[in-house]
Amino acid sequence: MTEMVKAIIDGVEIEVEKGTTILDAARKVNIDIPTLCKHPDVEASAACGICVVKIEGRPNMVRSCCTPLDNGMNVITKDPEIIGVRRTVIELILSNHPNECLTCMRSGHCELQDLASEFGMRETNLPSLVKKKEKDESTKAIVLDPSKCVHCGRCVEVCQNQQNVHALSFLGRGLPTQIAAAGGIDLADSPCIKCGQCSAHCPTGAITEYDETQKVWDMIMENEDHVVVQIAPAVRVAIGEEFGYPIGTNLTGKLYSALRMMGFDKVFDTNFGADLTIMEEGSEFVQRFTKGTAPLPLVTSCCPAWVDLMEKYHPDMIENFSTCKSPHEMVGALTKTYYAEKMGIDPAKIKVVSIMPCTAKKYEISRDDSMSSSGFQDVDVVLTTRELARMIKQAGIKFRDLEEVEADNPLGEYTGAGTIFGYTGGVMTAALRSAYALITNEELPDDVIDFKPIAGLEGVKEAEVEIQGKTVKIAVAHGTGNVEKVMEKVRSARENGEEPPYHFIEVMACRGGCVAGGGQPRVISSDVPRPRGINDEIRMRRAKGLMGEDKDAKLRRSHQNPSISKLYDDYLDAPLSKKSHELLHTHYVARSTYKR
Amino acid sequence: MANEKLIQKGLEAKARLEERAKSGFGDTSGARAKVYGCNSTSCRSAGGESVIDSFNQAVDANELSDQVRIVPTGCMGLCAKGPLVKVVIDGMEDQMFKEVEPMVARLIVAEYITPVLEGKISELPEFLKQYTLDLNSPFFASQQKIVLQNLGHINPESIDDYVDFGGYQALKKCLFEMSPQDVVNEIKESGLRGRGGGGFPTGLKWQFSHDAEGDEKFVICNGDEGDPGAYMDSGVLEGDPHAVIEGMLIAGYAQRATSGWLYIRAEYPLAIKRIENAIRQARKNRLLGDNILGSDFSFDLEVRLGAGAFVCGEETALIASIEGKRGTPRPRPPYPTESGLWKQPSSINNVETFANIAKIINMGAKEYSKIGTDKSKGTKVFALTGRVRNGGLVEVPMGMTLDEIVNQVGGGVDGDAELKAVQTGGPSGGVIPKHLLDLPVCYDELKAVGSIMGSGGMIVMDEDDSLVDIAKFYLGFTVEESCGKCAPCRIGGQQMLDKLTKIAAGDGKKQDVTDIKRIAHAMQKASLCGLGQTAPNPVLSTLKFFESEYTDKIKECCGGCACSCNKNEAAK
Repeated sequence: MTEMVKAIIDGVEIEVEKGTTILDAARKVNIDIPTLCKHPDVEASAACGICVVKIEGRPNMVRSCCTPLDNGMNVITKDPEIIGVRRTVIELILSNHPNECLTCMRSGHCELQDLASEFGMRETNLPSLVKKKEKDESTKAIVLDPSKCVHCGRCVEVCQNQQNVHALSFLGRGLPTQIAAAGGIDLADSPCIKCGQCSAHCPTGAITEYDETQKVWDMIMENEDHVVVQIAPAVRVAIGEEFGYPIGTNLTGKLYSALRMMGFDKVFDTNFGADLTIMEEGSEFVQRFTKGTAPLPLVTSCCPAWVDLMEKYHPDMIENFSTCKSPHEMVGALTKTYYAEKMGIDPAKIKVVSIMPCTAKKYEISRDDSMSSSGFQDVDVVLTTRELARMIKQAGIKFRDLEEVEADNPLGEYTGAGTIFGYTGGVMTAALRSAYALITNEELPDDVIDFKPIAGLEGVKEAEVEIQGKTVKIAVAHGTGNVEKVMEKVRSARENGEEPPYHFIEVMACRGGCVAGGGQPRVISSDVPRPRGINDEIRMRRAKGLMGEDKDAKLRRSHQNPSISKLYDDYLDAPLSKKSHELLHTHYVARSTYKR
Repeated sequence: MANEKLIQKGLEAKARLEERAKSGFGDTSGARAKVYGCNSTSCRSAGGESVIDSFNQAVDANELSDQVRIVPTGCMGLCAKGPLVKVVIDGMEDQMFKEVEPMVARLIVAEYITPVLEGKISELPEFLKQYTLDLNSPFFASQQKIVLQNLGHINPESIDDYVDFGGYQALKKCLFEMSPQDVVNEIKESGLRGRGGGGFPTGLKWQFSHDAEGDEKFVICNGDEGDPGAYMDSGVLEGDPHAVIEGMLIAGYAQRATSGWLYIRAEYPLAIKRIENAIRQARKNRLLGDNILGSDFSFDLEVRLGAGAFVCGEETALIASIEGKRGTPRPRPPYPTESGLWKQPSSINNVETFANIAKIINMGAKEYSKIGTDKSKGTKVFALTGRVRNGGLVEVPMGMTLDEIVNQVGGGVDGDAELKAVQTGGPSGGVIPKHLLDLPVCYDELKAVGSIMGSGGMIVMDEDDSLVDIAKFYLGFTVEESCGKCAPCRIGGQQMLDKLTKIAAGDGKKQDVTDIKRIAHAMQKASLCGLGQTAPNPVLSTLKFFESEYTDKIKECCGGCACSCNKNEAAK
């Protein structure tokens, strides 16, 4: 039985599990203690000093974010002195923060701005201490603006512990302390995998996506160009947050409308690419599993941050990696070949824009030669969900009033299996649905189609599936901090000459999968629960939006997608054909963690 | 088998300690004359090392090596007058020489020691009297040396010297006559409080750690002394390293710890050299390692060097630094006694605290607790500096008044100016004005007037000192040394410093004083660690007692407002 503690917070009696912090306990009785640095995903760093409260009988104030409630405590969360201290601390933070709200990318959704407004911060006697520090835009995926950093420590904690990447760190001491790649080098030369979880957790404009909206407006303006756009699965259930919809609302139809109104010539869907990925990757798995053509386990490769991490930290796993490109890269390659030929358009004039929940995808599109399999760079620009939302707002589009429409053919049709690529366990679920059919020539019964054991937010999920009397052992990991143990298990079995512990492994770099990717909205609204920022409730609500679409879909298996069949019949021949390999597959190399 | 051998060797070492205890402790060389030459950093910086060399050469030249023993020792206290040399000759009054140069050393041997030993003279020659210090003066007579007992008497590089003066007897007693809980009880009963500055009851800390469970358990010695002007810990580490090791061993036994760590700042090369030497000697003598003195207790020590960050004296930052991480504090709880170094139970004590332990065991908690005041037991070592005649390392019983320390031990202000105030507690402490000098030195009394005991810095200021500048100096130090993690300290410190600088330059406004007080309050209440919480103390205490020094510098003062500046007084 869990031990409980009883205490009083602001006169309210409360009983909570032992170990619960005062901050969390207070929230349970609707007492909101303000904080800037505390985030539910990471251990309290106790940096900001705003959440201070008094405990009767103690001379000093304590930080509620990291002080556990104890039996008999009488906690006071607000009185004029506490409020005064909080105001002074916020004033201090503002005195070391650039006054650039009007032009800041985070304006309107900034946790510091929100806090300042909540506390009614007006004039100050404190002169500005801001020293402009150089931005780090070296990755062309994530931008670090140390001047805007409030030293909450979330990004460092997430990068080091949740993601196990250890690219970000604090440098220096005292006032000049700043976030940067460890050693003060460019982020692009560091082990950074561009997952963007730092930006997803940043409370201010200190870490953002690399903005390419103007580049896309310019493309649309260029009359000669034929500009094609595609949207990733996770975008449709998150963009609504930018327009006041409840978290997890699926807005696929309206999104297509908005894209057409913005002036894109064709609207495709990355979900089609996801279905295609399943055909290729599923076939790859079946070959390895039934014929032993290459070693097992097969590891999924649709997450570019994971690919980067693997190349840097686990290059000995290269032969286990699926050679499949990620879904939007497949769509990009086919747009400039299959679609171009079919429509008689010069591929040189085609521009492909991918709307992604992800910052790493910005890096992926030029990661090596195979990303230009069409003879041109297959995808020209990646925009994150946040950038797209900005463009829709710039265009003055009344998103809520939009009609729901369909995507364009031939690369827009998708099944339920394609849409569930957006959350952890989804790729594996989709792959198993088709692999089962490929091996048995029968369809997996509808009642087992969801693979419950690999749903949810457990860091590493394991399951076994019977196919034709053979057991397929699978593992699903998300949040790259969870990958290490899975890889270690595989490695140790290999070194000991044992059977691999798994046959098929799905990895997504971000906790919860793409629904919580580094490029997803960071909106402050009444629908987003406090504390601010991405949390497990938001992750699950977005994932449920995708699950709902899958459940309601007429077709829920990738191999049932008629456009996919047509593509193979008309153009690619069969999964893993020579043409497929040319256009839809890639290769990997070991990369050093630090560039010299 | 190997273990049996170790136990056997340990038991032999134990037997040697028992044998040594049978006769009285003290020098066993049999030499008729002893020359104790201070070989600590302070005297060495004044040439102490060559003075000791000169003594050695002179003694050799006079063929007196079998009659005269030259002992390079730790700090003898009156550092302002170094190099210090004490000469003890059988049948003669002890002589303490100050500001000794190599030439004087040769003269002392030729004109004093040699003729005395040859029976030619029985008095100190007149011309050498200009070099002597009165050992009956209050500087020497009113001190009470427990921690510094061995300094000036033993060669810190010799374990035999330490053992001759009763060393490691306390450890033996603990291992063979007391249970760990007995030892904890003894320390509790002694009333010893942490000498690093906080004053937390040491026995209580040990009890927490004793009761905590972990795969491993650590005892850590905080030797990251960083207060400007403070050198109590370096004095002890350089002068009596085995006392620290013995204290850590007893702490390790009492808390059932598996190993110990000494965290010493890298700027203390001599302390590091001596402690490392002492560790090697202790290992050789079966006092560190497995089955210590043949008992079941196994314990070893490792030295870690701090890279010069003041904040690493804060215990959680110190732990992070030992672990190889960035030295920044983390929130407590969990306290280190619960989850410390590598998440194992760890107790951290200061160098001086450890140096008290063996003494407490030897004299007994009851006897020890007779020294000092009701709530502050024992003695305290201070680095007495500033405008004071007898600057140096002093040890006085708790409860002695500041007045006695400054005017008797310290010999009063050096120069013609009047004493103005005394600063204690370093950058975390405050300034105590002249009219409060009757204050007894103990943890709670000092805190009550806005200062702290701190680790032992004590700086005397006279009427020529500007307290605004003093406050600025200390705040500048903490701003520089802030780790940069928490907002109140990182930004608040700099804002206060900027305003203070403005005031000091004569550009300040009354509003700046108001702002300083407001920021100081937020820093005290909302900083994460002690560094930030106490950083405003020097400013607040000078404002409290010497506000007019601030307001005098503010030109806009109207001379009619509520402030206490000179213009205002004149207007009245």
